[in-house]
Amino acid sequence: MKYLCLVCFDSTLPDTLPPGEWAQLVKDSAEYDLELQRRGHFIAAEALMSPANATTVRMRQGKMSATDGPFAELKEQVAGFILIEAADLNEAMRIGANIPLARIGCVEVRPVMSVQG
Amino acid sequence: MNEAGRAIEAVYRAEAPRVLATLIRLLGGFDRAEEALHDAWLAALASWPERGIPANPRAWLVSAGRFKAIDRIRRDARFDRAADQLAQQIELEALPDDSDIPAIADDQLRLVFTCCHPALSPDAQVALTLREICGLTTEEIAAAYLTSPVTIAQRIVRAKAKIRDAGIPYVVPGPDELAERIEAVLQVIYLVFNEGYLASSGASALRTDLCAEAIRLARLLGTLIEEPEVTGLLALMLLHDARRAARVVGGEIVPLDEQDRALWNQAQVAEGQALVRQVLGGRFSLYSIQAAIAAAHGRAGSDWPLIVTFYDMLMRVDPSPIVELNRAVAIAMRDGAEAGLKLVDGLESALGDYRLWHAARADLLRRLDRAAEARSAYEAALALTTQPAEQRFIARRLRELTTPG
Repeated sequence: MKYLCLVCFDSTLPDTLPPGEWAQLVKDSAEYDLELQRRGHFIAAEALMSPANATTVRMRQGKMSATDGPFAELKEQVAGFILIEAADLNEAMRIGANIPLARIGCVEVRPVMSVQG
Repeated sequence: MNEAGRAIEAVYRAEAPRVLATLIRLLGGFDRAEEALHDAWLAALASWPERGIPANPRAWLVSAGRFKAIDRIRRDARFDRAADQLAQQIELEALPDDSDIPAIADDQLRLVFTCCHPALSPDAQVALTLREICGLTTEEIAAAYLTSPVTIAQRIVRAKAKIRDAGIPYVVPGPDELAERIEAVLQVIYLVFNEGYLASSGASALRTDLCAEAIRLARLLGTLIEEPEVTGLLALMLLHDARRAARVVGGEIVPLDEQDRALWNQAQVAEGQALVRQVLGGRFSLYSIQAAIAAAHGRAGSDWPLIVTFYDMLMRVDPSPIVELNRAVAIAMRDGAEAGLKLVDGLESALGDYRLWHAARADLLRRLDRAAEARSAYEAALALTTQPAEQRFIARRLRELTTPG
């Protein structure tokens, strides 16, 4: 099954962590992606720019409205994702929990809808 | 229903949870397994009255259920190659026969871990466990939790949908996560027990059933897996449940030191104490220590110095203000109310809104003959208490304080 691991954390953390810790997390994250590739779980992964750079758009009666920022004001925002292939939720949860950023934030593990056939 | 019919139904009710557990593995999911179990039951109703109950009804029901499931898959999708492959695959799965007790036990254990999966909400874990492992009906679960059958049914349906859609597997977790997952299972069992034990109001008979189910689950888990904490929890529940007849008298909670210990179920106390001795040899953990504390209250009296020692251990394993409060009460029993009160007063900032903190304080003040302070503490406890049996107990204490003597 495919699972999307949504990596969330407080976007002020990179600036408030002790020096070196953030750099280490970034390094660990890159290594973890490679490890998932080696083990055949990796499909895709990206890190996102800060929520301050987000714009939320809606289409209503054919007209677009746009607002500054993410659609919900939460302390912990989506900061990146890893799309994985896993045998079941147990394996997906293990992979999600070992994402280095889960140590400072959280990871939402969501199954990807599959079309039967 | 005649006697033969009742016998058939009794056999079915006893075997259904285990048959279901095996069918879930063979058929790969709840929905198909439940359908198959129902079909097997209909087949049994058609065959058993005439031919008699088979020598191995469990194997008979598994085999009938599997056969009906294959039939149904083939019929539902006659031109569907995938469904046909699935039916063939199920046919190839080995059937557990009578000699294959471990396979059946494994199926039940798998189901326990699926029902108590941390990806399900605690409410859903409890409902699913009572339904699928204990075989209680939705109505029985609803009655025990003082809620509607519709609520319970929805909870179970949603949980099953998540098991299917999110890919919650039907497996016993590997050694690296087993300890953590057993803890989650034990938590579910203890939740069921406490729901039955702590709620002394309402449909009391049904709520007692929850204690019995929790004890039964722990016994079952103990036969499936070797883990001291399972034994510890079983001992803890047996020891608490043994006091049932003495704990609530005339709809009023009776505190431990005033209970008529002759009313305790002595056989259950003895079993609990024996289990405690068995686990005390190994590493001490949460449930074992709590069981050891419960075991230190015997028919003849309570060993307070030993109880204080166990609370010290509990503070190291699982420190919390509530454990500290219980330790303070034990110290009051060992060293006198004055010593206990000093410790209890120190917990005000953490437990100032907790009814049992006020109740413990009130009791110590009462014992120190500080009646006015005791009264206001009892009143504070009463204001925070919602259980009728506890309210009646505190009301009695307040009456006794106003009429000195």
